[in-house]
Amino acid sequence: MAAFGSFALLIALALAAYNLLAGILALRLLATGQPARISPERLADTARRAGIAGFVAISAAAFALVWSVFANDFSITYIMEHSNRALPGAYKFSALWSGQEGSLLLWAWLLGIYGFVLRLRHKTDVRLFAYAGTILAGIQIFFLAVLNFAAPPFALFAGALPEDGNGLNPLLQYPEMVIHPPMLYLGYVGFSVPFAFALGALMMRYPGEKWIKITRVWTLVTWLFLTGGIFLGMHWAYAVLGWGGYWGWDPVENASFMPWLTGTAFLHSVMMQEKKGMMKSWNVWLIFSTFLLTLLGTLLTRAGLVSSVHAFAQSSIGSWFTAFMVIVLAVCVFTYVLQRKHLKSDHQLESLVSRESSFLFNNLVLLTACFVILWGTLFPILSEFVQGNKVTVGAPFYNRVAIPIGLFLLFLTGVGPLLPWRATSLRSIRRNFILPVIALWATVIVCLAVGVSPWKDGTFDTGNFYALVAFALSAGVLTAIFSEFLRGAGVISKQTGHNLFMGTWLLIRRNTRRYGGYIIHIGVVVVVIGLAGSAFNRNVEKELGLHDKLTIGPYTMECTGFTQDSNDNYSTDYALLDVYQNGKKQFQMTPEKRVYQISGQPQTMVAIHSVPAWDLYVVYEGTNPDSGQPIVKAFLNPLVGWIWAGLVVMVFGTLVALVPSQKPAAQRGGAQ
Amino acid sequence: MKISARVSFWMKTVQAVALATAVCFSLGATDAGSRFNDLGHRLMCTCGCAQLLGECNHVGCTESGRERNELSAAIASGKSDKDILGIFSAKYGATVLAAPTTQGFDLVAWIAPFAVFAAALLGTILLIRRWVTSPAGKAQAAKRAEPANQDPETKTLRDKIRRETGSDGDF
Repeated sequence: MAAFGSFALLIALALAAYNLLAGILALRLLATGQPARISPERLADTARRAGIAGFVAISAAAFALVWSVFANDFSITYIMEHSNRALPGAYKFSALWSGQEGSLLLWAWLLGIYGFVLRLRHKTDVRLFAYAGTILAGIQIFFLAVLNFAAPPFALFAGALPEDGNGLNPLLQYPEMVIHPPMLYLGYVGFSVPFAFALGALMMRYPGEKWIKITRVWTLVTWLFLTGGIFLGMHWAYAVLGWGGYWGWDPVENASFMPWLTGTAFLHSVMMQEKKGMMKSWNVWLIFSTFLLTLLGTLLTRAGLVSSVHAFAQSSIGSWFTAFMVIVLAVCVFTYVLQRKHLKSDHQLESLVSRESSFLFNNLVLLTACFVILWGTLFPILSEFVQGNKVTVGAPFYNRVAIPIGLFLLFLTGVGPLLPWRATSLRSIRRNFILPVIALWATVIVCLAVGVSPWKDGTFDTGNFYALVAFALSAGVLTAIFSEFLRGAGVISKQTGHNLFMGTWLLIRRNTRRYGGYIIHIGVVVVVIGLAGSAFNRNVEKELGLHDKLTIGPYTMECTGFTQDSNDNYSTDYALLDVYQNGKKQFQMTPEKRVYQISGQPQTMVAIHSVPAWDLYVVYEGTNPDSGQPIVKAFLNPLVGWIWAGLVVMVFGTLVALVPSQKPAAQRGGAQ
Repeated sequence: MKISARVSFWMKTVQAVALATAVCFSLGATDAGSRFNDLGHRLMCTCGCAQLLGECNHVGCTESGRERNELSAAIASGKSDKDILGIFSAKYGATVLAAPTTQGFDLVAWIAPFAVFAAALLGTILLIRRWVTSPAGKAQAAKRAEPANQDPETKTLRDKIRRETGSDGDF
């Protein structure tokens, strides 16, 4: 199987190379109109077919690797290092992306899937798709070259064959790890498609903004995957690492967040280009930057340039990524300089206070946030270069710098939709803003009344202050969005005689993009409320003997025993904790500590009881080596469930936005 | 709306915001804070777990226990926050501090984000103003203000839509 996989990768590389070269030649012939022995259209079609065949070859290689994992073929170094006989089936499958070589193969395979779908849909616009397909082939060549020459997944193990493999990293043996990496990679890789279309459209001086309409679904779906991937990663960190948090500003987390920020900026500003023919250069550079940031993130974490808890991902392929990034940047700059006249705006802004300018400010804030994160991630390297010593740029830096920017963005989320296109009047501002402002200040008063104050233990607490601002802004933004829904639904109800709920449904159906976008904004606000709750986290750590008690918030936990279990993969120590509330037993929690047989590595499995108000989060930390007593750490984390609920709302909103809008009956009749 | 009415509206808004902010800040200022918790979140655990000292939860982690004891002792001896951070930095290296200091080159880390944000904000405002005041922008605004061939019925309908929906465009 190793030979089959290696051969499949080599074939895939040859096919991608043909796709690129034949594609370039065909497009050149089509652009110049030079006579040639072969018809350029036929040549372009052979390139397209080579791209499809390449996808089959990469799929064969991916299949070979997965087959080898399930067959426990430890003659392949990668399998030996990332699997073992007792590893459960789902995790054997996830071994495909648990190491450097496998994750690059996954990247190439996903790129192949995207390319396959794109090439099948080429009739939408044959020439534009030929450009995009050729550019994707160029990207694919890079990944296949790395897989063939720098990080081969089918490299054979030198020496005597081991009886068993080293096993999968215990941190990765968690259900979400089967979904999170592919989801994140679908997001990373997916941005290659809008990038290819943007670059292709610029190269061929594509008339109008049709390419944006073509790529809209690609971009939204990609954004959805990246969003889902980031949140699944957060949930994994929350449920597995046992520190009670979900976001640690680790370089790998930052690497996934940066393209999300620029991608989000692109999704907003692209509407200005579509509707007004504005910000063309800006949008092109936004999508170029997003693609480059996906590569930079990979470079930062894989090359070991910055230290990260994701150390398992490090390797020596950084120079490959650096070279590829330089090439991509050079191609982007060269194409832009050559074709920049094509990107002249059709319209200009008419007012500082308008929907257009709110998009501009939204972009400004998103990009500043991206810069802050990039700056914080790279500053240790810069510091070492300038001062000769590394510094840590951790959570306190980001909390102080990024949170105010995030709150400003939240403010814009509420303001933007209330502003009309082109220009507005003071009367309109007053009419639209009165309710959100009332909601905002009412929330401040309610929060202060229930004890959410910027003062904690007599001193000003930045976390509490930010939480208060976040709650207040969230109330304002939610009121603004709901009033938009109500206003529109009210008009439709009047027109059609339906009730308000039906009016809302029709409103959404008539403009899924707009109202899907609003639903996503609601999801973002719900997430922010959940994040703000972290200002009020508390925890208690205690050595718990049999029948000892631990109290946190409204809960009292009584230790009723400790037990052990084991299987082929790991042995487990459980703590059995009865949880009481108001003197009544409510439920039992069983936090565990596992020790994996093959690697000997320990791993906590947190017990979480989630209600809308908070999470009761319990970690069994093992036994104190001095006293021999078991240690239990309990956290009461307010509003964490809102973060995951917010993701569900965001996903729902994105799905709504992906559904085509229903035309009003009059228009449908006219069309017929 | 007259200019005096506009000024009055904005003055009232600013006054309301200022009053509410003052109320917000004056509530609850009483007890002394916990320095241990604060400093614990400004230092890193040195065991390599990449966690803040105040959040490191490794059982048997020799580093965090020792660091916590040293932090408690330093606070008990009456040293200032700055002195304590200096002592830790001297003993464990600059990477023990969870964020760059505000001295020397480290200060650049703090200034750059706000400088970039301010510059971008200013640049955006100036750009929009330039667009708005350019002849092309003015012509566009004039065209929008008085659309050609707009009959009274359409104008009434457009006004009604604006009034009822609060906007005149798509998302």
